[in-house]
Amino acid sequence: MVIIGAGHAGVQAAASLRQQGYEAAVTIVSDEQRLPYHRPPLSKELLSGGDPLALRPESFYADQQVTLLRGTRAQAIDRGAAAVVLHDGTRLPYDQLILATGSRPRRLALPGVELSGVQLLRVLDDGLALREQLRSGSRLTVIGGGFIGLEVAAAAVSAGLEVTVVEALTRVLARVCSRPTAAHIEAVHRAWGVDLRLGAGVARLLGDSAGRVCAVELSSGERIDSDTVLIGVGAQANAELAAAAGLELDGGVVVDATLRTADPRIWAIGDCASFPLGAAATRRRLESVQNATDHARSVAASIVAEPQPYTALPWFWSYQNDCRLQIAGLIDGHDRTELIGDPSAGSFSVHCYAGQTLLGVESVNAPREHVAARRLLSGEGA
Amino acid sequence: MALVTYIAADGRATAVELPAGTTVKDGALQNGVEGIIGECGGNAMCATCHVYVDDHWLARLAVIEEVEDALLDDAVSPRRHNSRLGCQIRISDALDGLVVRMPEAQE
Ligand SMILES: Cc1cc2nc3c(=O)[nH]c(=O)nc-3n(C[C@H](O)[C@H](O)[C@H](O)COP(=O)(O)OP(=O)(O)OC[C@H]3O[C@@H](n4cnc5c(N)ncnc54)[C@H](O)[C@@H]3O)c2cc1C
Ligand code: FES
Repeated sequence: MVIIGAGHAGVQAAASLRQQGYEAAVTIVSDEQRLPYHRPPLSKELLSGGDPLALRPESFYADQQVTLLRGTRAQAIDRGAAAVVLHDGTRLPYDQLILATGSRPRRLALPGVELSGVQLLRVLDDGLALREQLRSGSRLTVIGGGFIGLEVAAAAVSAGLEVTVVEALTRVLARVCSRPTAAHIEAVHRAWGVDLRLGAGVARLLGDSAGRVCAVELSSGERIDSDTVLIGVGAQANAELAAAAGLELDGGVVVDATLRTADPRIWAIGDCASFPLGAAATRRRLESVQNATDHARSVAASIVAEPQPYTALPWFWSYQNDCRLQIAGLIDGHDRTELIGDPSAGSFSVHCYAGQTLLGVESVNAPREHVAARRLLSGEGA
Repeated sequence: MALVTYIAADGRATAVELPAGTTVKDGALQNGVEGIIGECGGNAMCATCHVYVDDHWLARLAVIEEVEDALLDDAVSPRRHNSRLGCQIRISDALDGLVVRMPEAQE
């Protein structure tokens, strides 16, 4: 068994395989040097001074007889010979192969993105570098009003920085949250002192003579002085390996309901997988820890026992300072929302419907509502 | 420092010295004690750090907050009167001798 990628999905797959009784050799190929770690804290606790958090203790890999090849990039998949070719030319034969290569931040084709002080956030070293920059500078501009950008903005404004968030659309979290929830998040950020610029385009990033970013120029011509710029404009699947091996792509690596590609020996899980979901079985890619780890458990069961369809209910969390957001289900395509509770009191839920069907529930500081929604949506009694 | 004993579902016990300020969840992960996962990184979002606290110690823990109370209902193994989330139990010297039991399953 070879697993490519040692993020939430890859490491959980190894753990679940062992837990479910898989006895053959398991090797995880990781292009990162670090002991595999939790990614969500990179935009949260790490920035407020927290320590990096390992996914499993170092002893886990030896105890479970999982070979973790760190700092090792998978270069190609030779499907004919059933082997993964590593960057140094070594060939790792596989019987089953799990692609858990994750995703990476989208880059912006803006003049000035190469300046120092301009950050993307995906790996631990990005997080540590961002933390250093937030300590030495006093003005942060975030490009993109998605979860990662807003989480960083929240941490930075609490640390006393002047923070501006520039979002091209007219509201934050447009792809991922309902209007009432997004409006609440906007309000709390403004109350914390974040300068939110909605419907604002970025023209370019300006640098000083030392090659360091010093301002963000908006399409309107306005300049926002900045010591650090974080770009958080979404992510794309790491699917090049699969594509080069002739596997189908559709925003991610295409898999069937059991998370298997068209090659019966190759599976794809986590952020990199485009999988059919829900009654309509529309294919999509999700980016969450729950998705990564539940995919991993499901694939392990499919490999150890019989192939089984993946059916877990999607859920997600984000928190920004004292604002804890939990989402159960997937809300896209909703045409109606019902608000329960009082946003001005800081605790409420939004039920998102398409017609009569409840698609998902967003809860802000309403953990009971969230747990109830998880039950309701996964059909465990109303 | 506090000596904390983790008892696995199969009865195997592991005792470890934990510094004040850490949590029962982190204490297990950092010492390679199996049976606690901590998928959400300790934020009372996942319930994979569920433990049963020995009755003797139950009353000495900080009171349960709403986030923890709500989430415990969603734990994979049955919730009992002494169920807590390991990530929400912060170690202090007063917890020297604490005994927690791990449930059958966390995921
Ligand atoms: C800053 C940040 C904050 C987040 N916050 C939250 C949150 O609050 N809640 C939530 O649910 N989710 C959050 N997420 C999303 C969550 O972290 C991801 O969905 C999750 O990490 C996906 O796991 P994965 O294993 O699929 O991919 P990853 O964790 O990305 O792991 C993939 C690994 O594969 C490696 N890899 C890729 N190609 C190769 C190759 N060819 N050879 C070897 N190795 C390779 C990559 O380097 C990486 O280490 C956040 C993500 C980020 C970046
Ligand atoms: S670690 Fe997730 S709830 Fe405790």
